[in-house]
Amino acid sequence: MLIGATIEVHNLTKRYGEVEALRGVSFAVDEGEVFGLLGPNGAGKTSTVEILEGLRTPDGGSVSVCGLDPQTSGAEFKYAIGAALQATALPDKMRVHEALDLFGSFYPKRRGTHELLARFGLEEKRNAFYSQLSGGQKQRLALAMALVNDPRVVFLDEPTAGLDPQVRREIYDIIEELKKEKKTILLTTHYIEEAEKLCDRVAIVDHGKVIALGTPRELKQRSGAVTRITVRMAKPESNGALSSLEGVTECRAEADDYLLYSTRVPRTIVALVKHLEEQNNELVSLDISAPSLEDIFLELTGRRLRD
Amino acid sequence: MSRMRLAMRNRAFLFFSLVMPLAFLFIYAGIFGRGRVQAVPYLLAEVLALTVMGSFWGLSVQLVTFREQGILRRFRVTPVGSSAMLASSLVSNYILTLPTIAIEFFLSRSVFHMNGLGNVLSIFVLVTIGTVTFASLGLIVASVTNTMQETQIINQIIWFVFLFISGATIPFPMLPGAVQAVAVFLPATYLVSGLQRAMIDHTNLPDLGMYLASLVGCALIAFIVAAQLFRWEPESKAPRQAKLWAAAAVVPFLLLGVWETVNGDLRSHAMKNLQSIREPYTLERIEH
Repeated sequence: MLIGATIEVHNLTKRYGEVEALRGVSFAVDEGEVFGLLGPNGAGKTSTVEILEGLRTPDGGSVSVCGLDPQTSGAEFKYAIGAALQATALPDKMRVHEALDLFGSFYPKRRGTHELLARFGLEEKRNAFYSQLSGGQKQRLALAMALVNDPRVVFLDEPTAGLDPQVRREIYDIIEELKKEKKTILLTTHYIEEAEKLCDRVAIVDHGKVIALGTPRELKQRSGAVTRITVRMAKPESNGALSSLEGVTECRAEADDYLLYSTRVPRTIVALVKHLEEQNNELVSLDISAPSLEDIFLELTGRRLRD
Repeated sequence: MSRMRLAMRNRAFLFFSLVMPLAFLFIYAGIFGRGRVQAVPYLLAEVLALTVMGSFWGLSVQLVTFREQGILRRFRVTPVGSSAMLASSLVSNYILTLPTIAIEFFLSRSVFHMNGLGNVLSIFVLVTIGTVTFASLGLIVASVTNTMQETQIINQIIWFVFLFISGATIPFPMLPGAVQAVAVFLPATYLVSGLQRAMIDHTNLPDLGMYLASLVGCALIAFIVAAQLFRWEPESKAPRQAKLWAAAAVVPFLLLGVWETVNGDLRSHAMKNLQSIREPYTLERIEH
């Protein structure tokens, strides 16, 4: 039985020379959770993860993983974690299966190379040199290596950066599978889709601080972000009539459509239907665009997530 | 294991540990020693020394490359410690050096008609300890330097010293007195001399005691220092004092050098061995 959370980060600070990379980051991750750190480049995501992995020392604050201190707990800590670094590099002339054999040999408890190759779709490439692999294959190998010791906690730093959408989706599938194994996963990303799709909870990070924390749904609901309803009707209506519908903050006409910005979508829809009935009008099409985490980020910081 | 396979695919390693020593063997025995079978053991000893000292380059350059490329970082996440990384480097280096040594003996016997094999046990021990010593020294340099270029430059300088001042190329007695005085403080000199005595005089291990003790001492200290200085990250700079620590590895040889300067033991043996090659030995090409 765990008393504390699996990963605990408390008031982490870190600076590199003049630059303050982390200015008091705090969060906790429970066992079996997939937790995301979402933020633009330079937000401090990698610094946080690397401190948790034991690769960097914090200037202030404390971290604990499975109740252990990454800096002082030695081998016990390393047995419990697996990591895919932001930039994975292996010797060019190392063969795929050799990499898994080698890294597996460092741990008392490990998964078989054969099993990992099959699971990550690398069987065909088992004898290929690292330099011969494509970007997606290298990432899959990095993931396989992160799991070679069957760790309790897995750290994934930008697991799909620079990959094609198709390949990215393959990696998502793999991560979804890991979820089923009840592993605790901390991943960093600047792709909203990734955070929304994979994570149980997300911490939005910017300039070294956590500016929002919660499930993707909570985050979207909490904000005052408006939903855009795109309506097309059989007969044109006046702007005024539509903008006075319940919940509507703004109304714009665009070609054949009317764009209604609403903060209370269900009520607006009901009001719209009633209105159309009264006016003997018909609904041709209706489209609802929910606010995304990108909208949240924009709202919180005034900037876009992707720079 | 994997380190060995990686090493075999590493071109720089192959050059210094295989190609170069064999080239030297052919140059020495073929050109300088032409027609004089007695000279071969002397020259073979020099080549053996060169092969062993080649460990200095061995895998240390690879280590710096790995660090710069961020490969070591990934290892850092695992339970593998710096000692294990270094030890695996030393072991694979040693295992890969042995075939070269064997080939050199084989060629000396079959192509250059050398008689006998010298004191095999002494040679084996010297080679073993020697590879560890020189590989460790190379690893210290790799831990202390920050970039690949820095490593290459410092390696070249030290290598040059090993090559020309120790007696591995120019025979020790032929070096100017002032250079000799400096040379007795270098580990390389004792390796060369020890190997020559083992080859020619069939010197036993106990008689080489002083040499062995210093080489072993140097190897131990060098390994410990290299493990302490080991860096996983390319950004972290080696602390100033680290470079001073590195100098500690040569302490045994400072002591030995002082003793030798007083006793002249190495010098007398070296002179005797040189003269044992019956004809006068000159550096000019001998036309036959």
